Amino acid sequence: MMELKLQHPLEKYIRSEKMPTTWCPGCGIGTIVQSFLKAVDELGLDPKDLVMVSGIGCTGRVPHYLRFDGAHVLHGRAIPVALGIKLANPKLKVVVWGGDGDIASIGGNHLIHAARRNADLTVIMVNNFIYGLTGGQVAPTTPKETVTYTSPYNPDSKPFDIVKLVAAAGATYVARWSTAYPVLLKESIKKALNHKGFSFIEVISQCPEIFGRINGFREPYDLYLKIKKIGQIRRGISPFDAKYDWNEEISLGEFVNREEPTYLEQLEEIKKKAMGEKV
Amino acid sequence: MMGIGKVLYVTGNEAVVEGAIAAGCRFYAGYPITPSSEIAEEMSKRLPAIGGIYVQGEDELASINMIIGASMAGAKAMTATSGPGYSLMQEGLGLAIATETPIVIVNVMRAGPSTGIASKAWQGDIMQARFGSHSDYEIISLYPSSVQEAFDLTVEAFNLSETYMTPVILLSDGVLARMRERLYVKDQNELNIVNRKKPTESPESYMPYKRGEDYIPIIANFGEGYFVLKDSLTHDERGYYYERPDVQAKFVLGLTEKIRRNANKIYRWEEAYTDDAEVLFVASGVIGRIASVMVREARAEGKKWGIFRPISIWPFPEDPLRRAARNASKVITIEMSVGKLIYPVKWSLRDGQDVSVLPWLSYEPPSPDDLLNLLEVKA
Repeated sequence: MMELKLQHPLEKYIRSEKMPTTWCPGCGIGTIVQSFLKAVDELGLDPKDLVMVSGIGCTGRVPHYLRFDGAHVLHGRAIPVALGIKLANPKLKVVVWGGDGDIASIGGNHLIHAARRNADLTVIMVNNFIYGLTGGQVAPTTPKETVTYTSPYNPDSKPFDIVKLVAAAGATYVARWSTAYPVLLKESIKKALNHKGFSFIEVISQCPEIFGRINGFREPYDLYLKIKKIGQIRRGISPFDAKYDWNEEISLGEFVNREEPTYLEQLEEIKKKAMGEKV
Repeated sequence: MMGIGKVLYVTGNEAVVEGAIAAGCRFYAGYPITPSSEIAEEMSKRLPAIGGIYVQGEDELASINMIIGASMAGAKAMTATSGPGYSLMQEGLGLAIATETPIVIVNVMRAGPSTGIASKAWQGDIMQARFGSHSDYEIISLYPSSVQEAFDLTVEAFNLSETYMTPVILLSDGVLARMRERLYVKDQNELNIVNRKKPTESPESYMPYKRGEDYIPIIANFGEGYFVLKDSLTHDERGYYYERPDVQAKFVLGLTEKIRRNANKIYRWEEAYTDDAEVLFVASGVIGRIASVMVREARAEGKKWGIFRPISIWPFPEDPLRRAARNASKVITIEMSVGKLIYPVKWSLRDGQDVSVLPWLSYEPPSPDDLLNLLEVKA
């Protein structure tokens, strides 16, 4: 008798022995990881050629569950570790996973310099508006109209729009999506993985357990609907016209996609010069 | 000892660069800081010419994390810095320790605390080299006293890091960094170069953090098909994070025992006139060299003095020092600080042995006579 074995088509990319995940019910990270794995699958990439790098935070846990080479490193330092990996072995595709706190607050300096260099990396920043793993503190992305456990009277200053930041710093691929558009996100990740140079995707995601709970969205679905409502797809607009407004609109779409010499290409130029001088 | 290598007349900083390149270092990331910057400048010129990579990080945090990433992908990687920058690197150092990633960090010690005096030497970071990063670990740290030794110990630093899968701290100081001496750069055929071991089992049964009898794990580089997870969090033999007391205990014991059990193989030191020494001086780096001249001259006058110069500052050569000091009624450390070496010296010796420090509190190095005068003032 034949044994019928059912396997999820993406399970080959999962460290099943590490299940269940640390993520709360209703969390958006799982949706984003699925979009990513579908992108990898559709591109037909060899898992041996992929490396996941992350810092600390809920999104930082992604490499724990994926069957690729992975480095789960210090808070804020995923980008420099990733760059070191890429430069030492250029055939690898190196993907940085991080939350808004990890990438845009403690790791902000590395983010802008990676964009400036056109570093050959893909950064996926999951923005849930809050520090989730540490229990709900204010982030540089927290909207003024919302509260956290360390901004009970609302945040003291306006939020960062990271799309504008990385675009201004010179990123050559910049997009923002949300968990409400997993297919568009997947297509964008495919472009980012094939992009020459620095690609950055921000994904607006729901954190129902903490952010939702203290901001009047008790059910994951309510927060999801809010994110769906304010996430407006704007095709072809400049990143500097994109909106990041909790009441009106967080603009979604692909804002930058152009070619420039990548960091590796620039380093190759330097090698040529250095070897020429030697002769 | 002359062979087929080349003879140069260079500074301590330049000798470190020669040593690193000879050891196979092909990746350097660093941030400018006096008195280490010549290492970065020389690396930026030399590495691209031999197919290597030089990156000036946006800060010290980027620099140490970049070399960790490069090493995870298989490169021999290094950074160089000084006090303030070394302080900034402590968290990254902990990451290299926890993930057992070989890197070499050069700390060219300068006067401090805080920014202190940028261009002047001090020996204040001896304890920071051991305890600078948080929680439980052991470290390897070497401290040369001459330009030749700066070359030789840089090669050793890479070899030890690749052998024990750990960061190695090469200490230098503002004097050694800029003093110029003859250097014999050994040819590759004259050097013993160690490269990290590669796993032989299949990816299915492979566990990156499994330890053999020597306690040293064999960790695959990224891109070799082993799907390794290198985690800053407490992890088991597979590299998987678990919040469990047994996993934490095994994790910490693994990191410490791999150095402790091999300490006898790592100890490096130099001693003279210790057989019958009644007064034993202990000093490291260039100060150790000056102190040895002082002791040699005192021997000529019939004084029963001896000198012990630890070269591996960590692990501190405890047993060799105990033997060297067995007849000494007095043990005196000579230090360009208020006293740091004195702590491991005290830990090493028997209770009741008279141990004191002779602090040379000028950032200019003393002459042997300066030390003698200071000793007389103290006595």
